[in-house]
Amino acid sequence: MKELYELLKDRFRLSDFSQKQPVQAWLKVPSDQAVALITHLRDIHGFSHLVMLTCVDWIEQGKFQLTYILHNYHDHKDLGVKVYIDRESASMESIHHLWEQARTYQRELYEMFGISFPGSPGLTDPFILEGWDDMPVMRRDFDTKAYSETHYSHRPREIHEPEEHMKQRMYPED
Amino acid sequence: MDTQYPPIVNGASQYDLDSGKYVRVWQGPQHPGVTGNMSLELDICGDQVVWCKTHVGYLHRGFEKLMERRRYINCFPIVCRICVPEPDTNEYLFAAAVEDLLGIEVPEKAKWLRTLNLELSRLGSFLMWIGGQSGAFGMGTVAQWSITFRDYVLDLFEELSGARVYHMYMIPGGVRGDLPDGWKGRTLELMTRVEKLLDEIRHVMLNNAIFKQRSVGLGIVTADMVDRFGVVGPVARGSGMKRDVRKDSPYLIYDQLDFEAVTEDGCDAYARTLVRWREMYQSIELIRQILDRMPTEGEVHLKLPNVLHLKVPAGETYVRAESTRGEYGYYMCSDGSAFPRKVTVRGPSYCHAMSLLEHLIVGVNIADVHGLMLSLHTYPPEIER
Repeated sequence: MKELYELLKDRFRLSDFSQKQPVQAWLKVPSDQAVALITHLRDIHGFSHLVMLTCVDWIEQGKFQLTYILHNYHDHKDLGVKVYIDRESASMESIHHLWEQARTYQRELYEMFGISFPGSPGLTDPFILEGWDDMPVMRRDFDTKAYSETHYSHRPREIHEPEEHMKQRMYPED
Repeated sequence: MDTQYPPIVNGASQYDLDSGKYVRVWQGPQHPGVTGNMSLELDICGDQVVWCKTHVGYLHRGFEKLMERRRYINCFPIVCRICVPEPDTNEYLFAAAVEDLLGIEVPEKAKWLRTLNLELSRLGSFLMWIGGQSGAFGMGTVAQWSITFRDYVLDLFEELSGARVYHMYMIPGGVRGDLPDGWKGRTLELMTRVEKLLDEIRHVMLNNAIFKQRSVGLGIVTADMVDRFGVVGPVARGSGMKRDVRKDSPYLIYDQLDFEAVTEDGCDAYARTLVRWREMYQSIELIRQILDRMPTEGEVHLKLPNVLHLKVPAGETYVRAESTRGEYGYYMCSDGSAFPRKVTVRGPSYCHAMSLLEHLIVGVNIADVHGLMLSLHTYPPEIER
């Protein structure tokens, strides 16, 4: 995988290569070159399978880490392409023209993280959370507990002292 | 030329729903033919589907969000619930991802026990699927037989792990326990009975004229569609692609077992049924091989420090395994704390039930929609983790 990285480095501004296993490697690419790199990997180097597209929220650095995992069926190797984009007005180029399932991933990321993929078909259609009007839920600053406390009524619990309660129920006359 | 299909303008079909020629119907989320709570919004013309949109979200419990707030060991009751018929793949992958980040290797015997568990759960899940597939084409009897046998498989799981559906048998560092006394004999006996059931299913289902008539030519997935739609597992193998994670990227002890990836060339629902039916025999054969060659002595679990205080080194990994529906994967990212930074689940249904189903369903008779869905083995909780 290191040879591939060295080869690609001539064409793209790559960094942070890491490899723990012989069949899996990770690298970082600037967002303006990401789609070109992914297209190159798919068409020239046989990474024909988009395994997943996911996002990690690094709220401390104000960044979203988009992770494209690509798989090569010939030598069964995985390459994780990491792209860092700003959390504020997050936007990324779409890859829906490369794989049909990419539009579903991008639709989910739009709803769950609020990342825009201009041009991706059906991007703003509600995916899971129909009628949602709060902030995107998978962002780390979305507080599930605070949301449920403000949106759902509290159900007060009656608490009884067991001995007294059973006495009242079974022998109310005494 | 006047066709029954609506005209296509700018890449989308144009028709007037008020014209009386087309009807919009919802199939699901509550429907006996739908796998899990998922609904299909269908526009039909006569009895043919002209447009479809998959709607999910009826089962969303926010697993990935919940995992961010829980310690690694506390995530186990969550991950197994991502797939009801086959929770063991999730348990194995979560454990494997944690072990990969921790850099630990599980004992040899635990690897054999994990493989045994995974194959048994594959068999149980396939038995449930074949019931659905036959039921979708009006053969409820096969479903009754196969669900009975799935229950016998669950009996074995109950004996092994104490639970029928969510086993939580595989934990970081190994498995929870060794095989109970006499379990091996009972399993081998059940395997003989399941094999007999599969022979019978061949007579009544695979050779059935109605089943063949309805499934041959239904939902054609050609070889060039496989990469474009991210198709994996039995659906890809039904299109002649020799792709099996167990063979291509062997995990646990699959490289020591003797088996071949099953393929068929039909590309349709019938070919996929054949692939899965043959894979059930394969699972039985693998279970026999494992029980025959498994080491009898040895540790089943590593000595780990208190798992409640487990801190996982920063890093990320992706692990995959072959489930009944195809490649199942977990992406795990750790920031060095006791809580996972992000866990993403890659379920095969994510591609099969959304983009692929919406594409294949156009032109299908509305009565065959269930059969098509079942032949893709879609399962909604994988989509809305």
